[in-house]
Amino acid sequence: MKYLDEFGNPELAHKLVDEIHAATTRPWAMMEVCGGQTHSIIRHGIDQLLPDGVEMIHGPGCPVCVTPLEIIDKALAIAAQPGVIFCSFGDMLRVPGSSQDLFAVKSAGADVRVVYSPLDALTIARDNPSRPVVFFGIGFETTAPANAMTVYQARRLGVPNFSLLVSHVLVPPAVAAIMESPRCRVQAFLAAGHVCSVMGTGEYPPLAAKYRVPIVVTGFEPLDILEGIRQTIVQLEAGEHEVRNAYPRAVRAEGNPAAMAMLDDVFEVTDRTWRGIGMIPRSGWRLAAKYREFDAEERFDVAGVRAAESPLCRSGEVLQGLLKPHQCEAFGKQCTPRSPLGATMVSSEGACAAYYAYRRLELVQL
Amino acid sequence: MTAGLDFENWTCPVPLRDTPTVVMGHGGGGAMSAELVEHLFLPAYGPAVQGDSAVVPVGAERIAFSTDSYVVKPMFFPGGSIGDLAVNGTVNDLAMSGATPLYLSVAFILQEGTPLAEIGRIAAAVGAAARAAGVRVVTGDTKVVDNGSGDGVYLNTAGVGLVAAGVDIGAHRAAAGDAVLISGDIGVHGVAVMSVREGLEFDTTVVSDSAPLHGLVAAMLGTGADIHTLRDPTRGGVAASLNEIARAGAVGVELAEPALPIPAAVADACSLLGLDPLQVANEGKLLAFVPSAEADTVLAAMRAHPHGAGARQIGTCVAEHPGMVVARTALGGTRVVNMPIGEQLPRIC
Repeated sequence: MKYLDEFGNPELAHKLVDEIHAATTRPWAMMEVCGGQTHSIIRHGIDQLLPDGVEMIHGPGCPVCVTPLEIIDKALAIAAQPGVIFCSFGDMLRVPGSSQDLFAVKSAGADVRVVYSPLDALTIARDNPSRPVVFFGIGFETTAPANAMTVYQARRLGVPNFSLLVSHVLVPPAVAAIMESPRCRVQAFLAAGHVCSVMGTGEYPPLAAKYRVPIVVTGFEPLDILEGIRQTIVQLEAGEHEVRNAYPRAVRAEGNPAAMAMLDDVFEVTDRTWRGIGMIPRSGWRLAAKYREFDAEERFDVAGVRAAESPLCRSGEVLQGLLKPHQCEAFGKQCTPRSPLGATMVSSEGACAAYYAYRRLELVQL
Repeated sequence: MTAGLDFENWTCPVPLRDTPTVVMGHGGGGAMSAELVEHLFLPAYGPAVQGDSAVVPVGAERIAFSTDSYVVKPMFFPGGSIGDLAVNGTVNDLAMSGATPLYLSVAFILQEGTPLAEIGRIAAAVGAAARAAGVRVVTGDTKVVDNGSGDGVYLNTAGVGLVAAGVDIGAHRAAAGDAVLISGDIGVHGVAVMSVREGLEFDTTVVSDSAPLHGLVAAMLGTGADIHTLRDPTRGGVAASLNEIARAGAVGVELAEPALPIPAAVADACSLLGLDPLQVANEGKLLAFVPSAEADTVLAAMRAHPHGAGARQIGTCVAEHPGMVVARTALGGTRVVNMPIGEQLPRIC
């Protein structure tokens, strides 16, 4: 951890900030893809240190925020069934479904448990063989390998009472969708370092070439983010659009072959609806046919669950970088972390939550 | 590929308003707990003093009076148990009014089937903690609930103490210009308990800081300094306590983030679990607001006491942004330190 602390060293950070200022001659707008990066930027006040005109656009990379409402409603329906043990990452408990959240289902008597790893859910399933145990498997390419491993183990060990409610999403199709938007202002991307540590960087050169945008693989500590921004600005100023790796301590070009093989075995690509954004073709994973028996959507009768969203929240625009959180009329009024309108306000990685948590001071003073 | 996407009519879910039933967040010591008190309990009770303990006149004297219930899981954890928490928690609530704690009540709510040996260990811890704190347990109660209606053992303690003449300590006295002091490391108790919680077990060297703080408070008062506000940052941590003080005192608080005494083991655990150390519970620490001219004197007295050896200034009380706590980050940016909402939610990744 001391090693990690050094990536927050204020002196080195200010050196990088100086280099960014020296390299910048005009305004640029770049998107950090991952919600963890958004959180770190706001948490440490990194955007306050950048040259005027260099704008960080917050991307759709918060897994909690983009999990579709319909899946959350299905989770609520499954969790409420008698006997079910419903396991989830903690973040998901406060995400609103159509009419309630997992906290409310829990308070009504459902057995909802926060776990730190899907493998813990598998252990719970083995310890409770008479009860159906479901894990809520959401997230990007980062959380997918552990979920894949859990399903693989469930089949190998023969744990028939375990199933996965799966709604994985993939970064590269989202990058393409953002660039295809007619209102797109993004001129460069800080790619999500931990996604690339799993998947490698091979998917990005075609995107950089097609859309003529620099893509810099970036980490999460303050120095990582500043270095990602610095490399991006240098490319933008030079008129280049290459894929660069500013997070080499975690990311290899070929990714993690063992994880990728496991993902390839357990999942298959599918169309996926992103909450607030819409359907993006081939942008998600579902369980492959040979693992379909572990699919909670097959095991529980939730096919009839249909969800409709209300028009108040504009998190879709926030997720696409078209709107800053505080520019939404509901921000801090009808919509707070206490009473969230949209998932971007719920997750600690959500852009609205980050703004609400760390930026109210200047927003109040506006 | 975007033909099917609706870029102009983004939609989102209907808002979730307040829940009609109790949820865990109501007990988290954050905004939900505060709202429950403000909107449900206070209207029913009429005007009441808020704070860790109430100071009320009895004859010619003023007594501090407080009660607290303990539902910690697991009941035994590194550095302590529910028994010594129940004593030290109420002793500290009294001490935060500047009172000398004197007498406690202890009530046990037991679940049918709980081993008597376990109750014995807890009772022994209660007795030992009371003797160490110099307070007497003078009354008590025992109730048993059906197997499944409780969760092992719940404790309630209430306590009274005497407040010396001239002592006036409370959030209402926090004033711009005050130095904000902490008596030692932040987040220790919460991390110690989490490290042994079912489903979350991890190895750590951290042990609970559970301790009675009235001796430390007496040493601080002994300097003659005009101590404005004291608070022990338990549930909701330093973030909740400072936000409560900022709101009650209509002042702002500015923290210097690099000055926060967060032990590496606490920082590491919080980093892995996705928690903010400022929101993690403490059971043997106090926050003090004192006029800045007297800060060095008070700090010296704190450091000379065993429970204040790690005391330091972590911020200042300001007239700007009343009701709000702001931290200046190591990189020179600023961020708001929020009141926690309900329970802390571990992050997904």
